[in-house]
Amino acid sequence: MPLLEASGVVKIFGKLTALDGAALTVGEQEFHGLIGPNGSGKSTLMKCVAGAEVPTQGSVRFVNKDITALTPTERARAGMSLKFQITSVLPTLTLYDNILLALQAQSRLVDLVFSRTRGALHDKVMTMLGQFRLADRAHDAASTLSHGQQQWLEIAMALAGEPRLLLLDEPTGGMSLEERRVTGELLQPIKQRCSLVIVEHDLDFIRDICDRLTVLDQGRVLASGTVAEIQASKSVQEIYLRRA
Amino acid sequence: MDAARQALSGVASGGPDTPIAECGPGDELAVRPVAARRRILPVVEVLALGLALILPLILQDYLTVFATRVVILALFALSFDLVWGYAGIMSFGQALFFGSAGYGVALLARDLDVTSILLVLPAGALIGLAFALLLGGFLLLGRHPSSVIFVSLGTLTGSYAADRLARGWYYLGGQNGIPSIPSMTLGSYEFEEGAVFYYLALGILIVVYLLCRILVRSQFGLALAGLRENERRIAFFGYKVQHLKAIVFAVGGTIAGLAGSLYAFHEGFVWPNMLGVVFSTQVVLYALFGGSGTLIGAVIGAVIIEGASFWLSDNYRDIWPIILGLLLLLVILFRPLGLISFVLGERERVGGFGRPPKRTR
Repeated sequence: MPLLEASGVVKIFGKLTALDGAALTVGEQEFHGLIGPNGSGKSTLMKCVAGAEVPTQGSVRFVNKDITALTPTERARAGMSLKFQITSVLPTLTLYDNILLALQAQSRLVDLVFSRTRGALHDKVMTMLGQFRLADRAHDAASTLSHGQQQWLEIAMALAGEPRLLLLDEPTGGMSLEERRVTGELLQPIKQRCSLVIVEHDLDFIRDICDRLTVLDQGRVLASGTVAEIQASKSVQEIYLRRA
Repeated sequence: MDAARQALSGVASGGPDTPIAECGPGDELAVRPVAARRRILPVVEVLALGLALILPLILQDYLTVFATRVVILALFALSFDLVWGYAGIMSFGQALFFGSAGYGVALLARDLDVTSILLVLPAGALIGLAFALLLGGFLLLGRHPSSVIFVSLGTLTGSYAADRLARGWYYLGGQNGIPSIPSMTLGSYEFEEGAVFYYLALGILIVVYLLCRILVRSQFGLALAGLRENERRIAFFGYKVQHLKAIVFAVGGTIAGLAGSLYAFHEGFVWPNMLGVVFSTQVVLYALFGGSGTLIGAVIGAVIIEGASFWLSDNYRDIWPIILGLLLLLVILFRPLGLISFVLGERERVGGFGRPPKRTR
C-alpha cells in the first residue's frame, strides 16, 4: 500500500486549469521527484497534497485514509510536513526558537503554557541545528542567515515533527552550486525516517537523490517511473527540448 | 560573492536592516545568547513599578484618584495588548468585556447587594470571560482561520451592539447608565477612592502583569510569536491556530472584565460608553501609542495618554483634543512600534523562548 496516493486531481483557478487529472503515488521511504516545465502544475499538485489548496476534483489518500478535505493542521498531525517554495522561517525569532516552535507544535496546550517540554526538547533542537550545520548560529535571528541557510533551517523545521512524508517545494531555489551539493548531502540521511516528495528545477540534483520521478506537463502526468526509465523516455526528452 | 563559501563558513549575509550586533562571525555579540543582551525591558518595568509604588505619597488626593483610574485603564490596556500585540487578533471591541463586567457588577451591587470584593471581582472576570468565549467562539473557531477584517469588524459590531442595547434598555439605566453604585467591601471595610483603592488596583495590575509576562515568555508565548508572524506557516506544523487564538481572546476578555469591574466600583457608576466604540478605540490607542507586543508599552501608553489628556484639558480647555490627536498621529506615523521602541530594540521586543544551557565557543 503506498504512503501517498493522489489521483485524478483537478485544480481550476478561474479560467486556468492548473491541474487536469494529475496523479502521484509515493511509497514508504521513497524519494520522489516531481518535475516538469514551468507552469506544468508541480507546485499546485504539491499544495493540493499538503492542504494549502483544495482540489476542484480528485482525491488524496495518505496512510490509507482520505485526507482530501482535511485542513493543513490535521494533515500535519497525520504525519505530513511541507516546506514552502518561498522560505518562510520566522525572521525575528532565533534559529533555536524557530526549531523549538516546530518541535513543540504537537505538544499539549497545558504543557506549552507551563513550558514543560522546553528542557526535554533542548537536545533535539541542537541536534537538528547540528545536522543542518547551523548550530553555531543558534541564537541569532533567522533574518541574519544567508538565503541558503534559511532554506536549510526551513527543511530542519519541516523535519522537526518527525513526519512520515516530507514535501519540499524547490529546496535549492536560489542556491549556489556548492550549497546545492550540501543540500543533497543533508537530505540523504532522512531516508531512513521518511518519504520525500521534491519539486525541483535542477534535474541533476533530482537525479542524484530521487528513486522515482513523476513528470508533469500542462497539468497532466506525462510519465512516471524510476530515474532510469524517465531518462530514457522520449516524450520527456521532447518536452524539455521543446521548452529549452 | 561566493555565496556557498559564505554559507558554509556560517557568515551572515544580513540585509541592510540587519542590526550590526547580529552580523559577523568573529563578533562576540553574534554568538551571545539573547538573554545576555536583554536588559532594557526589565529596567523599564522596574522603573515603572518604583514610580507607581510611591505615587500616592507624592500626589495630592484628587490626583491619587485620577492615578487609580489610570491604573485600572492600564489593566484594560494589558488585556488588549495580549490579544493584539501577542496573538495578532485585532479586537476592536475589547470594551464589550470591560463594560459588560462593569454593568454586571453594578447590577449585583444595586439589585442583590453583593459588594464583597471576593465575589464581585471574580464575577466581573467571569462575565468578561463568558462574553469573550461567546464572541471568540463565533469569530475565531471556524474550520479555517478567520481574516483580520472579519475579526475586527465582528468585535467592533459586538461592542457597538452592546452599547446600543444598554442605551435603549431601561433596566440598565438607558443613556444615563447605572449611577451611585455602592462601594466595594471586604467584611465591614468599604473601599473608597484614595490610596487604598490605588494600591488595590496596582496590586491587581502587578499580579496580572506578571502572569501575562510568564505566559508570553513560555512555550505558549513562542507559539503566539509564530502565530503573529506567520499564522499560515505554523498551521502546517500542526498548531491548532484557531484554538490558540480563542484561548488568548478569552484570557484577554477575563482581564478586561476584571478591569471593568474595578472601574465600575471606583467611578461609582457605569454608562454605555464603557461598552462601546469610545472605550474600544481608546484601548487600541493606549497599546499602539505605548508600543504593542511588549505589555509594558500598553501600560505606558495608558499612563501617557490619560496623563496628557488630563493636563492638556486643564491647560488648553478648547483645543486639547486636537493637540492630543496630533500627538497620537505623530507617534503612529513616525514610531509605528510605539514610544517603547525608543528604548527597546526589535530583538529584545520579540525576545527568546528557548532556554539553552551556557554555550562555549
